[in-house]
Amino acid sequence: MKSLTRDELAERVARDIPEGAYVNLGIGLPTLVANHLPAGREIFLHSENGILGMGPAPVPGQEDPDLINAGKQPVTLLPGGSFFHHADSFAMMRGGHLDICVLGAFEVSTAGDLANWHTGAADAIPAVGGAMDLAVGARQVFVMMEHRTREGRSKLVERCSCPLTAVGCVDRIYTDLAVIDVTPRGLRVREMVDGLSLEELRRLSGVPISG
Amino acid sequence: MVNKTVASLDAAVAGIADGSTIMIGGFGPAGQPAALIDALIAQGARDLTVINNNAGNGEVGLAALLKARRVRKIVCSFPRQVDSWVFDALYRAGEIELEVSPQGNLAERIRAAGAGIGAFFTPTGHGTLLAEGKETRLIGGRPQVLEYALPADYALIKAHRGDRLGNLVYRKAARNFCPIMATAAKCTIAQVGELVEVGALDPEVIATPGIFVRRVVAVRERAA
Repeated sequence: MKSLTRDELAERVARDIPEGAYVNLGIGLPTLVANHLPAGREIFLHSENGILGMGPAPVPGQEDPDLINAGKQPVTLLPGGSFFHHADSFAMMRGGHLDICVLGAFEVSTAGDLANWHTGAADAIPAVGGAMDLAVGARQVFVMMEHRTREGRSKLVERCSCPLTAVGCVDRIYTDLAVIDVTPRGLRVREMVDGLSLEELRRLSGVPISG
Repeated sequence: MVNKTVASLDAAVAGIADGSTIMIGGFGPAGQPAALIDALIAQGARDLTVINNNAGNGEVGLAALLKARRVRKIVCSFPRQVDSWVFDALYRAGEIELEVSPQGNLAERIRAAGAGIGAFFTPTGHGTLLAEGKETRLIGGRPQVLEYALPADYALIKAHRGDRLGNLVYRKAARNFCPIMATAAKCTIAQVGELVEVGALDPEVIATPGIFVRRVVAVRERAA
């Protein structure tokens, strides 16, 4: 079995983003998806701080402190892009106008509950940003994450142990091992990496997954 | 002749009382009115409640205000960042109160305050820690959480250009929270990179009409 690299995972997610989609990529791993959007497909990236039609990082020396993404990194604006204030930006996110958001996760439950903002640790400083708004507001919520923690624990769980971001919001999970849909009847695998059997995937996941 | 411009940063922040609630525009450093914040530090008001998306970066701007121990409470969506050590230390020492609001709720609470709306229901946050103890109703088949408007005494914002009537235009993503905060405070104070003659701003692109702005001060933009 050969698990996907971070870039291969980003490329896999990017393949499922169709022409014309309005998309928000969360901070962290999901940001990588932008580097792999298929050439020739017109896709509109939204940034919560008031940008639609966000482009790639500028060439060195061309950074503009007034043009940053949600992770506060310098970005560019593509032709046809626009700027707007925060209430309009979150109307796009909360009002069902974004076709897809891609979010990272600590845990996803078999019912599609998402935990991605707070580890629950006693000394953690809670910081939610726009995660809860995206999770309830985007038409489709894709999660992109390593299948297991560094300690080898499955991030697919029966019930999230970390504080929730939203209840039953996740539609599809992309991991370094598999693509899995969240359905009303639980998790269902769509594809697995070469050399991985459904039996082995279930064992590594520790939760029921249908084939 | 109406003239909302003030001659100095000191005059711009004059009269801000201890215990005030102050909105500060910006998303991280973009759109943050650093000169007004420095003037507020010099002015000396304390025991403040600050509303911002974040809780300061590095040791400048909002972080400097926190470091000067002027802030009792901060309302924000994302305090923890790689360079938020000033806030982190105060929080861990129990020396600042934190109210975390999902960013969309924060924006909408500000917008609601500016529009005379007392509260609203939203699905955001339902079933999470941030909705604990809040009234919930099933609306349109979806559980929704009651969130109250978030008004302020003052808003400190930054704009690209402005005129003596308080009309403002912004630059790129530095717009962010500034236009909605301008509507939600009793007294909105704008630092503008350039002060222009009345009529010079294209009325089609004025993002904050002067009705929302009380004081304007010209501040030469600092190099980033």
